[in-house]
Amino acid sequence: MRLLTRRISGGLSAKRRSRFAAPVVLLLGLLITGGAYAALAPANANTKTDDATTIAKGRALFLVGCASCHGKNAEGILTVRGKNYGPALAGVGAAAVDFQVGTGRMPMAQPGVQALQKPPAYNADEIEALAAYVASLGTGPSIPSADQYSGKVSNQELVEGGEFFRTNCTACHNFAAAGGALPGGKFAPSLVGVSAKHIYEAMLTGPQQMPVFSNGVLTPQDKKEIISYLKSSETEPNYGGFALGSIGPVSEGMFAWLGVGVLVGFAVWIAAHTSRSKKKKEA
Amino acid sequence: MSNAKTNGTKPATAEKSSKAAGAATWADDRLGIATMAKKQIRKVFPDHWSFMLGEIALWSFVTLLITGVFLTFWFKPSMTDVVYNGSYSQLRGLPMSEAYASTLNISFDVRGGLLLRQMHHWAAMLFIAAMLVHMMRVFLTGAFRKPRELNWLIGGVLLLLGIVEGFAGYSLPDDLLSGTGLRIADGLVKATPVLGSYMSFFMFGGEFPGDSIVSRLYTVHILLVPGLLLALIGAHMLLLVYHKHTQWPGPGRTEQNVVGYPMMPVYAAKAGGFFFIVFGTVALMGGLMTINPVWRFGPYNPAEVTAGSQPDWYMGIAEGLLRIMPGWETHLWGFTLSWNIFIPGQIAPIALLSLVLGYPFIEQWITGDKREHHLLQRPRDAPTRTAFLAAMITVYGLLWAAGGNDILAHVFHLNLNKITYFMRGGIFIIPPLVFLLAKRWAISLQRSDNDRLLHGYETGVIMRDAQGGYTERHLPISEAEAYTLTARERDHIYVASSTVDANGVAAPAARMDTLRAKLSHLWFKDYLQKPTVEELEEGHHHAEIEHEHDVPLEGHAADGHQFDGRHDIAGEELRQH
Repeated sequence: MRLLTRRISGGLSAKRRSRFAAPVVLLLGLLITGGAYAALAPANANTKTDDATTIAKGRALFLVGCASCHGKNAEGILTVRGKNYGPALAGVGAAAVDFQVGTGRMPMAQPGVQALQKPPAYNADEIEALAAYVASLGTGPSIPSADQYSGKVSNQELVEGGEFFRTNCTACHNFAAAGGALPGGKFAPSLVGVSAKHIYEAMLTGPQQMPVFSNGVLTPQDKKEIISYLKSSETEPNYGGFALGSIGPVSEGMFAWLGVGVLVGFAVWIAAHTSRSKKKKEA
Repeated sequence: MSNAKTNGTKPATAEKSSKAAGAATWADDRLGIATMAKKQIRKVFPDHWSFMLGEIALWSFVTLLITGVFLTFWFKPSMTDVVYNGSYSQLRGLPMSEAYASTLNISFDVRGGLLLRQMHHWAAMLFIAAMLVHMMRVFLTGAFRKPRELNWLIGGVLLLLGIVEGFAGYSLPDDLLSGTGLRIADGLVKATPVLGSYMSFFMFGGEFPGDSIVSRLYTVHILLVPGLLLALIGAHMLLLVYHKHTQWPGPGRTEQNVVGYPMMPVYAAKAGGFFFIVFGTVALMGGLMTINPVWRFGPYNPAEVTAGSQPDWYMGIAEGLLRIMPGWETHLWGFTLSWNIFIPGQIAPIALLSLVLGYPFIEQWITGDKREHHLLQRPRDAPTRTAFLAAMITVYGLLWAAGGNDILAHVFHLNLNKITYFMRGGIFIIPPLVFLLAKRWAISLQRSDNDRLLHGYETGVIMRDAQGGYTERHLPISEAEAYTLTARERDHIYVASSTVDANGVAAPAARMDTLRAKLSHLWFKDYLQKPTVEELEEGHHHAEIEHEHDVPLEGHAADGHQFDGRHDIAGEELRQH
């Protein structure tokens, strides 16, 4: 072993004056720097989406399925009144595409106050290609990696996630993440059953009416905690019995009146059964 | 020991009394129970399902007392900060008030605590709903008329107290929802012109949320209001016994008697059984259906709020008023008058409550009917009153829906703003339409009653006469039914006395009198009165003539005429061809 290392170092030492030495060292340095950057840098430098063929494929898909609203170069289209027909997409990032297309919100079935969730129209490869194309238009948040939105958290972090959720999310999404109404026919959808990746992307990109919760507002750790709180709530049993929609006292009131209806029914039943002495035997 | 079972030679001696009888005698000798009970256990109550609606409220209240006592053993009415260390992991380690922590403790660590807490809450919802249903029955049948106006007032105050009690209970756990509710209450108080902020600081012991509201509401919730409720329920039932129960008109039933069964054993058994039915229903609801999942709301924090923040259903009307009120404010000399909260939050509820409580007196004044009434009216025989209730139910329903506008928008994919705009108009337009519809409906039912009296009931038997024409056979209704239908009194429109006195001087009360006459006219003008004796006789006569027409056909009638309802049809059947 020792002999081997000595031989290599000896060889290297002998060749250090070679005319190829400088370019090789430079090349190695560049490779290490680039590799380290790729491995350690924030995820928005997604190496995979840089692939030119993927981008080209994404562009082809984009021209067929998206350009009619977003414009041929994703520059956006304005309506006659100057409103957004389809917004410009430069800089929205791969995360926005992955969320909108991955949850079926894009392409929209019809214009409306809000894009509705439906089965996705594209498969995973196509979504990746579309995301790569849009990401190539300008820097934006990239698709988060699995360890960002999932993984074990301590109970303390989970409780903290609950606090973040109640402070930032319940006002629109409701205490049980069952969703709620917003002005003008818009709404905050239910978060129950939404994948952790999509919740993370939604916080990162602020789709539809949702504000952007950038990493400066909610750190990646905070986001992860919120997601683990939501996921643990989903698996939590309904301690009190049927949840009645988890939408608060309105549905409870409806069931209270059903209960009174039942009791009135019992009153009718009791009154219909009067004392036995009065009953005549049927012939 | 000898029992008198035979006609033996030995004289009969009394059988040794049982232990229960011994105890009863012991108690009677000291308390005089027998004399008191002798009268009450023979008290007669009329039998009808609608007379048992108040009982639902009573038994829900008893359930509330039982479950409530249980909850007081563990609930800590304190706003002191503690760190939760109980078994609900989603909130463990979180700082919260002691009240909320003890509510979580009841829900997760006290055996049967969650069941009892949910039963308590469901019973409260049923209590107020049952009071309203009972109140509607009393209203629709005119049971609030003299001599029962005071009992109507007591009932109205009971309803109000029930709502206050419910709101206090809703606020106690100090979860996110109850804190949000208190914040709204704080807003309502602060909307009082000039005094608002002083009143709010007084109520919360400083700026909202302070640290004393929970302990204060606790005293209100477990001592003050339940005490008042108990006392008033006692008074309500004493008056019921004193006035005797009202009854439906019918043969043998008059304004002077009560026809029914005695308290013992029939009603004691029925009422006792009903308690267990109510308790059982509440237990089922508490065991099967989540109510107020405080653990999901989290502790109260003024910086947080959740979508779907609503009060319990009985406050829905107040919530609805607040939600549809336009945002009107006036700024005067640096002061803000919040009409947007003051009108829906204070003026409107007080106005509605006064209308409800004052109704017996308003109706009395308009109709001029100040006689005693122990026989009930059918809703159709008081169309204006019935229609008024229908309109009020509509107001209530619309406002309740307006209070849940975000839930409606979300569940039914509607536009939140459009619901609000619809309600703003609807609250003024829909109730009058419902009023007209209900009134005409009631009058149509009166017309159908008169038809039954005059022409009999429709038998469904179609007769063909000699000329080939078809008629439906009507037969007279039974005597008992005719008696019941004609038991109602004729209505009299109030006529204003002369606006000037004998000397031509304007009478001082003339204007009010004219108004009263006008209202009375509007009240009664479309009512149908029951047929007169002459009309009834005419009707019977007509039926007789019709029958005589058929007599010559006797024996020669076409096939099927034997089923005209006047013949014995045992063994009859249609000819088979």
